[in-house]
Amino acid sequence: MVHVNGDNKSDSLIQVRSLFKTYTRGNESIEVLKNLNLDIDRGEFVAFMGPSGSGKTTLLNLIGGLDLPTSGSIVVDNDEITGISGSKLTDWRARHVGFIFQLYNLIPVLTAFQNVELPLLLTGLSKAQRRDHVEAALSIVGLEDRMHHFPRQLSGGQEQRTAIARAIVSDPTFLLCDEPTGDLDRTSANEILELLSRLVEDFNKTILMVTHDPAAACQAHITLHLEKGVLIESSKVVCE
Amino acid sequence: MNAVSLILMNFRRKRIRKILTVCSFAVALFLFGILAIIYDAFYLPIEIAGADRLVVQNKISLIMPLPYSYRGKLKQIDGIDLVSYGSWFGGVYQDERNFFVQFAVDTETWNDMFPEFIIPPEQWKAFVEDRQGCIAGQNLVERYGWKIGDRIPLKGTIHQGIWEFNLRGVFQGKRASDDTSQFWFQYKYLDEKSDLMRGYVGWYYVHVSDPGRAEAISDEIDDMFANSPYETVTETEKAWTAAFIRQFGNIKVLLMSVGGVVFFTLLLITGSNMAMSIRERTGEIGIMKTLGFGGKRILFMVLAESLIIALAGGGIGLFMAKLFAMQGDPTGGFLPVFYLSSRNILLGLSISVLIGLAAGIIPAVQSMRLRIVDALRRV
Repeated sequence: MVHVNGDNKSDSLIQVRSLFKTYTRGNESIEVLKNLNLDIDRGEFVAFMGPSGSGKTTLLNLIGGLDLPTSGSIVVDNDEITGISGSKLTDWRARHVGFIFQLYNLIPVLTAFQNVELPLLLTGLSKAQRRDHVEAALSIVGLEDRMHHFPRQLSGGQEQRTAIARAIVSDPTFLLCDEPTGDLDRTSANEILELLSRLVEDFNKTILMVTHDPAAACQAHITLHLEKGVLIESSKVVCE
Repeated sequence: MNAVSLILMNFRRKRIRKILTVCSFAVALFLFGILAIIYDAFYLPIEIAGADRLVVQNKISLIMPLPYSYRGKLKQIDGIDLVSYGSWFGGVYQDERNFFVQFAVDTETWNDMFPEFIIPPEQWKAFVEDRQGCIAGQNLVERYGWKIGDRIPLKGTIHQGIWEFNLRGVFQGKRASDDTSQFWFQYKYLDEKSDLMRGYVGWYYVHVSDPGRAEAISDEIDDMFANSPYETVTETEKAWTAAFIRQFGNIKVLLMSVGGVVFFTLLLITGSNMAMSIRERTGEIGIMKTLGFGGKRILFMVLAESLIIALAGGGIGLFMAKLFAMQGDPTGGFLPVFYLSSRNILLGLSISVLIGLAAGIIPAVQSMRLRIVDALRRV
């Protein structure tokens, strides 16, 4: 279930309370998120839509521990992440969050295998264990035959699938996707969205996705609209 | 893949720039190696000069002689246990460019005065028994391809005429820094053949039993010959060598100035390359931080990359300098001790590390402090 009114008392995976984020440029303060409340249960696939500058990516960054709120709290899996800082937050992020970006953001000098292996270098896994995890992740995204290719040797869709494999290889608590299909053609975008849906259905992953694309949003269980820093409604976008 | 290979992977990108940076390090450290060799050629003799040996020379100038009769007087001074003497010859071997030091030496005492030079006893004996005998250092023998028994003619410039010598021995140095490019022959031969130095010597070497009394003995010697036609100046061999080298000017300042400019330039080149390299990878660094790579780990990776470039370039440059030094003195004898010491190789590598760290520290700290959201905006 997903709630945006902040009065939910359940043990939701993600609980956002009275969240504010204000950026300051010179003398000017820009309030990006205003008193935002949100509860998301495990296994949900949530899409965030809204115009540019509405605060979608900022919300994602805050939930993912990439940025700190001006005020308010974010609790993920019973961890109050707004109270964590520095290296502990980095460790928390490595354990709990998988990130998928619009531009894939693979390291160009590493093969698909090595890109996926990257987060595992921070774990205590042996080389053999890492190999098993990487192969399993690449197999889930259907790239086991491309594992030794460099990003430049892959199509956009394949690059994004590699990025998804990298995001899931350490079995994070939830995935954050920032316009994962924004740089792909329709066919590749549909493949990625199907893959994300499968991660939710087959592996009970929780996914929060920012998108401008209604076709992408329709794959989600629910779509939340952000406008001027406020979550104004929730609905299910129907696929055409 | 591991942390080290992850760092090494970065060398796959912008290869030409990385190769050029390594080359600039190599050239600079090659130059450092050459400067260090030249520095040692001038200053190592001061360092290794015997603390228990004094040099007694004419107070007017080194080129002015001292009477042979001083030998007996010096021997009588309390604390002096050995007196030897020598004289500059200044001959030319085949061509004036073939410069090497030639000393007429006292065969009775020279070998004991300079124990740092190793000469097989039978060769020394053969030298002593042959009035036209001579002994040459290993470096000199190798330079001209001489072998024992060869007849070596020198054209005298101070002592006129053609002087012929028989090579009776070859000496080695106990240390790599010992000058084995010298040529010694019997003082008696010079005394017999030339009127110029008859009854005189160039200078005296005095060995003192207690180096702690060297200064007092020096004063005693100079006092003894004060107000005579041949007044003396006595110094430790170290001070004497230093004074001799000062005649060439302040080599140390010259070498250090050149070295300083080179390394400062290198720091600018490497620093700007590292900064450029890291700025281009801001997005990637943001991604790595997103994945859980902490600031300190990123700092270490950037510094390690800078250090690898520095050590690779520095190592190549020093290796080239070592190879160059192994070819021998290219000046035809002006720098008789021409080698790159282990100490200077270590110093060169240390300088490389320091420059690598200095060049990498700013981009490394910037990477460490980089906020993920700022980095991701630049992707």
